Amino acid sequence: MERFEYANPTSRKEAISLLAAEWGQTEVLAGGTDLVSCMKDFACTPKRVVSLKRISDLRGIRSSGKELRIGSMTTIRELLEDQHVKQGYPALIQSAEYIRSEQLRNMGTIGGELLQRPRCWYFRLGYGLLAQYNGKSLVPDGDNRYHAILGNSGPAYFVSPSMMAPILIAMGAQVRLEGPGGAREITVEKLYRTPAQPDEREHTLHPNEILTEIIVPRQEGARSAVYEVRQKEALDWPLTAAAVVLKMNGDTVSHARVVLGHVAPVPWPSPEAEQTLEGKTVSEDVAEAAGKAAVSKATPLSMNGYKVQLARVAVKRAIMQAAQGGA
Amino acid sequence: MKQKKEKLLSGKKEADGLTRRDFLKGAGVAVSGSILVGEAQAEANPAEGSAQVQGPGEVPVTLRVNGETRRLNLEPRVTLLDALRDRLDLTGAKKVCDRATCGACTMLMDDRPVYGCTVLAIEAQGHEVTTIEHFSKGGKLHPMMSAFVEHDAQQCGFCTPGFVMACIAFLKTHPNPTMEEVEKGLGGNLCRCGTYWGIRHAVLDAAKAMSAEAEGGLIHG
Repeated sequence: MERFEYANPTSRKEAISLLAAEWGQTEVLAGGTDLVSCMKDFACTPKRVVSLKRISDLRGIRSSGKELRIGSMTTIRELLEDQHVKQGYPALIQSAEYIRSEQLRNMGTIGGELLQRPRCWYFRLGYGLLAQYNGKSLVPDGDNRYHAILGNSGPAYFVSPSMMAPILIAMGAQVRLEGPGGAREITVEKLYRTPAQPDEREHTLHPNEILTEIIVPRQEGARSAVYEVRQKEALDWPLTAAAVVLKMNGDTVSHARVVLGHVAPVPWPSPEAEQTLEGKTVSEDVAEAAGKAAVSKATPLSMNGYKVQLARVAVKRAIMQAAQGGA
Repeated sequence: MKQKKEKLLSGKKEADGLTRRDFLKGAGVAVSGSILVGEAQAEANPAEGSAQVQGPGEVPVTLRVNGETRRLNLEPRVTLLDALRDRLDLTGAKKVCDRATCGACTMLMDDRPVYGCTVLAIEAQGHEVTTIEHFSKGGKLHPMMSAFVEHDAQQCGFCTPGFVMACIAFLKTHPNPTMEEVEKGLGGNLCRCGTYWGIRHAVLDAAKAMSAEAEGGLIHG
């Protein structure tokens, strides 16, 4: 790890003033579970680290009749224990429970979960987000077993690492970002983008902005579920994941949101799967068809064809779980 | 303040010139040269006058470890695990993956398990840190340690201190666990020798021993 200055401001305004206007100079430290490792690998080499731990109003969960507001510094542990979340947003609990390490649940925050950097081993080894060597990506001819099967026409091939972004997108959640020019709220979906240049990030957050809140609309009458296909039950990131929110009109699906995780450089909404579900009564066959639709445009790389099958099954199983009552 | 920040950041930028990434591209894997240039420049530009910006050089850090107050001078980049192992001779917590994934460095912060390798020591200030050494003071084994011995719950032993800490923390929140809860509750620790079977049974046994102890130690005579 390179040396850095450390700052622990007590207010949002102070924190923002300590951040540089360009990437690479400063990094925000939340729970640290990802950033500290990134710095050890020299994948992030900030000159200054700005900790948000002492900003007390970034922590905590508030619930009103119409929405849930989660402070970005709320730990995964606090989220899992919150009564409002347990009662009104069980799919968020289901998603957080996939973080199978007590240690990470105690340390990690929901803001950090959403903004963690990709697990791509070329990125972690110092070749940058686009995994380039002499201007050419190492991924297509390299070890790409965990890389993208969708949205992978290049130059980015990594997969979005967040485990909670897919369900938050499916629920229509927003994030509040605060910077020197004030605050803005965007959908969680818009928080992510596929970088086209080596110096771009996979987030639309500005370098001198902090993520302050996650706002989840009330899930009236919705049935939701998350399904992750994993190599092991213990601490790990999924191979592929699917998050589903179904709004029902009697037995038929009136509105569906299907979002895949760990298949593309961004969380991957699947309008193809959603269209297959809408107006139908969910059955094994319908869920199967939606799973097939979700991967119909998949373009696997040399070593990750197996992920197409996993994604198909993840979508099918998440739909079946949601239809049978959900999380 | 703003001026100083800009000066500091731009000064650093010029000094660095060659980023590690560029350096890797150009020169393979050796890195030491490029980093030293940046460090020298950073020391020439301390952020004096700004109360909350510290480092990158050593700063005073006060830790509470196993009930004692320990004062150190550390760079902000030093992890809690490195501070304990290298500066305080508390080598019970092990450094294995050093990336928050294996659990060998598990210790307690305010009674909750964390990965010591991934907590910056400077951020552990104000918290009560408990390491495996705390549980064998005076050579007397904690019931969890005895249960590990009883169930042969270790092989090479390198993951064992972290596992014992995770297990002790787990029983604080699950005093009477089922086997399934034990399996899930220990998901943050890895054992490459595969001694999970022994560990799980040790936890179940330790739970019984500890609840008996809590009731006065009379149940098992």
